Amino acid sequence: MPVFYENKQLVTPGDLLAENDYISGENTYKESNKIYATRVGLFGHEDKRVYVVALKAFYLPVVGDTIIGKVLEVTLGGWVVDIRAPYVAMLRASDALERSFKPQKDDLPSIFDVGDTLVAKIVAYDRTRDPLLTVLERGLGKIARGQVIEITPTKIPRVIGKQGSMVSTIKQETGCQITIGQNGRILVSGKSPEDERLAIMAIRKIEEEAHISGLTDRVTEMLRKEKGEKSKEEVTENVSKEN
Amino acid sequence: MKIEVGILGNADGSAYIEMGKNKILAAVYGPREIHPKHQALPDRAALRCRYHMAPFSVQERKSPAPSRREQELSKVIRESLEPSIFTEYYPRTAIDLFIEVLQADGGTRCAGITVASLALADAGIPMRDLVSACAAGKVDGQLVLDLNDVEDKGGEADMPVAYMPNQNAITLLQMDGMLTGEEFETVLNMGLEGCKQISQLQKEALKAKYTVAKEDEKEEESEEEAAE
Repeated sequence: MPVFYENKQLVTPGDLLAENDYISGENTYKESNKIYATRVGLFGHEDKRVYVVALKAFYLPVVGDTIIGKVLEVTLGGWVVDIRAPYVAMLRASDALERSFKPQKDDLPSIFDVGDTLVAKIVAYDRTRDPLLTVLERGLGKIARGQVIEITPTKIPRVIGKQGSMVSTIKQETGCQITIGQNGRILVSGKSPEDERLAIMAIRKIEEEAHISGLTDRVTEMLRKEKGEKSKEEVTENVSKEN
Repeated sequence: MKIEVGILGNADGSAYIEMGKNKILAAVYGPREIHPKHQALPDRAALRCRYHMAPFSVQERKSPAPSRREQELSKVIRESLEPSIFTEYYPRTAIDLFIEVLQADGGTRCAGITVASLALADAGIPMRDLVSACAAGKVDGQLVLDLNDVEDKGGEADMPVAYMPNQNAITLLQMDGMLTGEEFETVLNMGLEGCKQISQLQKEALKAKYTVAKEDEKEEESEEEAAE
């Protein structure tokens, strides 16, 4: 019952990963007791479970996920929202209003209009129906300020870090509010554009170096260095002004 | 032979191949919402394929409108790639595949299948295996592998084969011309050998995209260290 690759080795679709007693994990499939990869990614195995961490994939809706979506269309009873998945999501008016929806009175475009960006939660999804959203929870709803950036959805777990260690580091160092959508969209809003720039830089660094270990330390170091340089510049500017 | 993966910024997945004098570009979009809606399949994703030859890809200018031959090849390529994709994971969606022949010299369907498979893998679409394709045939009484345009038109027989090496499954087998039963078997095995070789190149090309990125980072890091 061998495993044919070492952890973190690059595999391509169709590569034979393991035989016999192993269990097929993410991005793999099992056929006549042999496990093969289905995506390009890094091989890994834990006990009996064999998996591949995909280097590129797209978002698939999961019930309970918080996502960031864009309104595509306003319909009679709700909104059509792009969530960067193979399917468009529906947000019904009754899932956006605290009270019951009255089509004669309520003006939907004045609540959310085409082009608005929303933080929402997926309440229902299976392969027979398009995902359904809600915004009736704390922290959900229309985004008023900040910047939304997009990264590969497979890298989201690295941006969050172990028990949220990575996001909290970035939040602490930059003073920005960060909302992570599982669909690969991240909302960054800070007190100044400079703070937001720093936070975005850190996220981009995570995206690029997701597979190299010791990431949290390097990100903290980078942020401190950047901030340090910034404050030095300010000091020198002030000094030169005084002179 | 030269293969590059992920060369187009706007497509979800892309690849480029130079195989002999053939130059072919493939791009993949999806899985995405399907339009027109009536094409949606309730149990799986619809793979839509367009094989197209650029007007300047051949000696005599070719009309850019899709010809009968191109429509047939689109169908043949679609059917040779479909078994490799887990279409059942994404019902009611479309996977759009575009194969653009920039320069043709015989065997474009095989090279087309080879690049298209890489573009699909690059798009992050789950696949059973990579598909590689190669032609074999008979020219002037000789059994040969990977025919070009002249050999194809002047030869006695031409047999394109598409193959999933890890599955040991043939997904496309066509032939025109005449071969004896014995010759058929030899030519088929030659074709499969060719596919296996191409499959190695495919894997290298796919891995190269990511290893290059890694090396760049390493270089940057060492530069940074040197600067410090």
